Amino acid sequence: MSKFKKKTGGGTPAISTASLPDIVFMLLFFFMVTTVMREVTLLVENTKPNATEIKKLERKSLVTYIYVGKPKPMLAKVYGAEPKLQLNDAFANVNDIQAFVISAREEINEAERPLMTVSIKADEAVKMGLITDIKQELRKAEALKINYSTRKGEVYGD
Amino acid sequence: MAKGKRALPEINAGSMADIAFLLLIFFLVTTTMDVDSGISAKLPPYEPEQPDNPPPPIKKKNIFTVLVNSNDRLLVEEDYMDISDLRAATVEFLDNNGDNSCSFCEGRRSPQSSDNPGKAIVSLQNDRGTSYKLYIAVRNELNAAYRELRDREANKKYGKDFGDLEGEEAKEVQGLFPLKISEAEPVNLGG
Repeated sequence: MSKFKKKTGGGTPAISTASLPDIVFMLLFFFMVTTVMREVTLLVENTKPNATEIKKLERKSLVTYIYVGKPKPMLAKVYGAEPKLQLNDAFANVNDIQAFVISAREEINEAERPLMTVSIKADEAVKMGLITDIKQELRKAEALKINYSTRKGEVYGD
Repeated sequence: MAKGKRALPEINAGSMADIAFLLLIFFLVTTTMDVDSGISAKLPPYEPEQPDNPPPPIKKKNIFTVLVNSNDRLLVEEDYMDISDLRAATVEFLDNNGDNSCSFCEGRRSPQSSDNPGKAIVSLQNDRGTSYKLYIAVRNELNAAYRELRDREANKKYGKDFGDLEGEEAKEVQGLFPLKISEAEPVNLGG
């Protein structure tokens, strides 16, 4: 009889939390591997316009980015307040685009070159004149697949 | 002494989880998934000189002109229009079926509007002073009009949206309403 009494008096044993760190570490590694740190430092202001009809860009290795916008406030003293474009980590002129696109294309595997996409990440305040000049340069460089980078959201009636 | 008898005390690993969580939250906050998405477009190839043979003339009624000026005002088919009406107007133009050759169209068959979706062309022209925001909005509405029509046909034929179709089915529906947006070089349309 006394044996039975002892058992009921024990209560539920504490759940071992020893494996909790393992689980959390697993999650940690997952996030460390899957997330990509931003590779370029943005030198321009970049508020993307809204759109609803958007397509996801897959295969990041095939995508080349062109950033367009006003220089950030702290850089505006040096570079002025007019919208400029940024290729990689530096400001550039419209005439630099061709060389930039061609060198980016060189880096892509030959079989996949036709799939190359140029993503134009322009600020919504930029005027179309500059965008058109960029498009014209892209046509000259034969980079005809482009993507206007946008956020998801309604386009009118803020 | 009781102390001497006891084995080496185990290190308390309870806080390990906290440390790991701290790191986890740090990575969650600092890294951005940065899913790139946007409106895809295809540019026409660059032709420095005009070809000798001019392109075949297109009937005016088959062209849906959208002009955007530097004040971000829209002029659609020579009429002022609000951006919120653009989608419906484009759908009506594409779906018009003026020559009655389009068996699936549901339009009004107005003789002043497009013959059939295969011939209908949307012509977009903007000013150099147009804001990029509005340009994207216009592009978005035009693409949405095409998508709406394709969705309608996809639902009629296969019972699902155009975006859910694959392979041949997608190509077929796409062929019913081929995307024809022509962009003219921008000019200074003025105020």
